[in-house]
Amino acid sequence: MSPVVGLWGVEKIFGSGVRALAPVDLEIQPGEFISLIGPSGCGKSTLLKVIASIHPPTAGLVRWWGRDFTHVGSEGHRMAFVFQDPTLMPWARVEDNVRLPLDLERVPASTAAPQVRAALEQVGLGHVLRHYPAQLSGGMKMRASIARALVTRPDLLLMDEPFGALDEFTRDRLDGEMARLCYENGLTTVFVTHSLYEAVFLSSRVIVMAANPGRIFGEYHIDPAIRRDDAFRLSDGFAHMCRDLSQMLTEATHATFAGAEGVSP
Amino acid sequence: MNPRNAARLGLIAPVLVGLCTLGIWQAACRLFAIPVYLFPAPSDIVASLYANGPMLLHALGSTLYVTLVSLLVSVLLGTAIAVVLVQHRLLQASFMPYVIILQVTPIAAVAPLIIVLVKTTSMALVLCATLIAIFPVISNTLIGLGAVDPGLEAYFRMHKATRVQMLLRLRIPSALPMFMAGVRIASGLALVGAVVAEFVAGTGGNSAGLAYEILQSGFQMDIPRMFAALFLITVTGLVLHGGMTTIERLLLGRWMRPVT
Repeated sequence: MSPVVGLWGVEKIFGSGVRALAPVDLEIQPGEFISLIGPSGCGKSTLLKVIASIHPPTAGLVRWWGRDFTHVGSEGHRMAFVFQDPTLMPWARVEDNVRLPLDLERVPASTAAPQVRAALEQVGLGHVLRHYPAQLSGGMKMRASIARALVTRPDLLLMDEPFGALDEFTRDRLDGEMARLCYENGLTTVFVTHSLYEAVFLSSRVIVMAANPGRIFGEYHIDPAIRRDDAFRLSDGFAHMCRDLSQMLTEATHATFAGAEGVSP
Repeated sequence: MNPRNAARLGLIAPVLVGLCTLGIWQAACRLFAIPVYLFPAPSDIVASLYANGPMLLHALGSTLYVTLVSLLVSVLLGTAIAVVLVQHRLLQASFMPYVIILQVTPIAAVAPLIIVLVKTTSMALVLCATLIAIFPVISNTLIGLGAVDPGLEAYFRMHKATRVQMLLRLRIPSALPMFMAGVRIASGLALVGAVVAEFVAGTGGNSAGLAYEILQSGFQMDIPRMFAALFLITVTGLVLHGGMTTIERLLLGRWMRPVT
């Protein structure tokens, strides 16, 4: 069975000459919750955007369900992206924002309406569908953005540090809701984060990256069967995993500086 | 202070300033016995406004007609030009310098040429006013159409949105606040353009506007009538500005504050 996404020898060099990604090999299997973590400038977001086809790779091969990007969007091969900012249309009501991907696919209004309501209910925003984004809190805007991603019933969900700008309390609550949504539905997810606690809480596999140039430093596996709830967050196992991952991150950071020393004249 | 009281004060304060100024002006004219042909008191202007009402209202209608037609042409033509220019960088780079040349050339210097070249006076006046009013519409619409949230743009591209979907669902709504600010500025400039063109054309007869009334009053040393015409121009400008601000609030108020 082909992976949901496969990257082989993928490199990204921007027009400015910055080498954001050294050759990266990564295979994402169905139902995995993968977090990308690492120091600033390690290419986490770039890697995610290469997977989303927002940035074309400079070299290497990317395949989605074993095929090229033209097949993405068809039944069983849907992809959704959640940005760091909610990126909602301020002139449109919450329900119109959530319906946007369906409108772009020209889904009839009668089919779209129940899907929009269901997606908003899923994220607990069923009561604000007639509101404008300016009337929502930061956390609610992010939920609306997630609802917009879920409305297409994606098979692959990509999230670029979606809760980074939120306070810790809201972030923990949304992490819990995200884990429930993704694990209950077997949704394949790639999640960029700066928080190792968030990565441990959410992921079944954590990809640790190093910078200069951006590359995969190592992987850390967490049992997907563990129930992601407050009890897990407070458990000794969670603390151990955070310590192990922290150790790996420290090594990645050292590797980053070693890389920087290597490339600087 | 609660918001309702602050809003009330915001309305009352400028009215009080205006009334005080008028009172001081009236008192100074009477106290120093300033001749009416030099500097009339507010009461003289009101009397002139009343006495010359029909003539001034006719002139107002003429100026307002030129202003509104040129504003309409500026909005339609300016938006169309901006939508075409935003399609390609090369188009924008090729034509923008000429749009800027149009803006930086003083209308008072171009108006005599237009009045000589265009046979119909009213059309010449509309053309002059349009030339001055169209720039903010083009400029603001271009900025608005170009200043799309990069995240939203990437989102639309990722969902394989067509060019038309990008324009209708993303670029035009994004540009609306800047566009409306441009239209608001254009409304004031259309009035300025109409008045300047009338001065240069020195039109009389049926198409005599408020600028013509000011010129004629000057020739006849009827200074209160000159002030009355000036007063009507100011009021027209304020009403236009207020109208545009109201339209802007109705269109944008629910989701954002208009660009000031």
